Amino acid sequence: MNHDKLIIGGHEFNSRFILGSGKYSLNLIEAAVKDAGAEIITLAVRRANTKEQENILDYIPEGITLLPNTSGARNAEEAVRIARLARELGCGNFVKIEIMRDSKYLLPDNQETIKATEILANDGFVVMPYMYPDLNVARDLVNAGAATIMPLASPIGSNKGLATKDFIQILIDEIDLPIIVDAGIGKPSQACKAMEMGAAAIMANTALATAGNLPLMASAFKNAIEAGRKAYLSGLGRVLTRGASASDPLTGFLRD
Amino acid sequence: MVKINGEDFAADGKSVKAFLLEAGFDTKRVAVEINGDILPKSQYENTYLNDGDCVEVVSFVGGG
Repeated sequence: MNHDKLIIGGHEFNSRFILGSGKYSLNLIEAAVKDAGAEIITLAVRRANTKEQENILDYIPEGITLLPNTSGARNAEEAVRIARLARELGCGNFVKIEIMRDSKYLLPDNQETIKATEILANDGFVVMPYMYPDLNVARDLVNAGAATIMPLASPIGSNKGLATKDFIQILIDEIDLPIIVDAGIGKPSQACKAMEMGAAAIMANTALATAGNLPLMASAFKNAIEAGRKAYLSGLGRVLTRGASASDPLTGFLRD
Repeated sequence: MVKINGEDFAADGKSVKAFLLEAGFDTKRVAVEINGDILPKSQYENTYLNDGDCVEVVSFVGGG
């Protein structure tokens, strides 16, 4: 397992759990990162204010890769603008593209996402586009220079799990880039399932932020993701469509 | 007047650095955009705000 690295845009990671940092106390970030075993954490970009002197960067342990998102962007142009401001904040060139036109379901705009991916990849970013799982769009994102594909499992923040399971499986089977399941994963069992299917990593935020004990849930996700990864690498046992298959010898019974 | 993060400030004639410090921004933790163009940190000191400028000062916050 030691050589089983997640590679994103030429960067190697051991952890397959990308952690969100939204909707919970800054004081919990360090414990969340540690208990999740996370090496990548997402952030958002917003207007700075002068009232709160605390800055999230002071709470993130050293050596963690920052993954700014473009939340708030309604089209490719706005996403590109946010991504460039994020890079100017001086924490690397990773970006998670997130473009939404709709505030009820927060579904990504795939077409605008393709446009932004192309512009930002050409500008030297490691581009990780969040998308609605559609094979044709995923292929366009590959051609546009994406470093990973991040299909949603169910609506953001819903904790509803793998509603798009069959379509994520198609991406896993057909796309050579890492498929990172993002949004909607609410339980460790769902993260484990996605990893068993061959997902390269899991991104979660709300599942932790709304859990009773955040660091403990981070640890539960870590174990589930690792279990699912090992199961995938091992190759799952076959499923019988009918009947049964004894696990015990069919000879030597204590009878005539 | 200069529009900074959507609010009007009488900051015309001030350098970006002077404005940020007076307003209480942490210059190490922000990025600045003036009229749609990113202003590199190295230019905060020598760039002066003009009447009608539209400025955005952003920083990282928690997000998913």
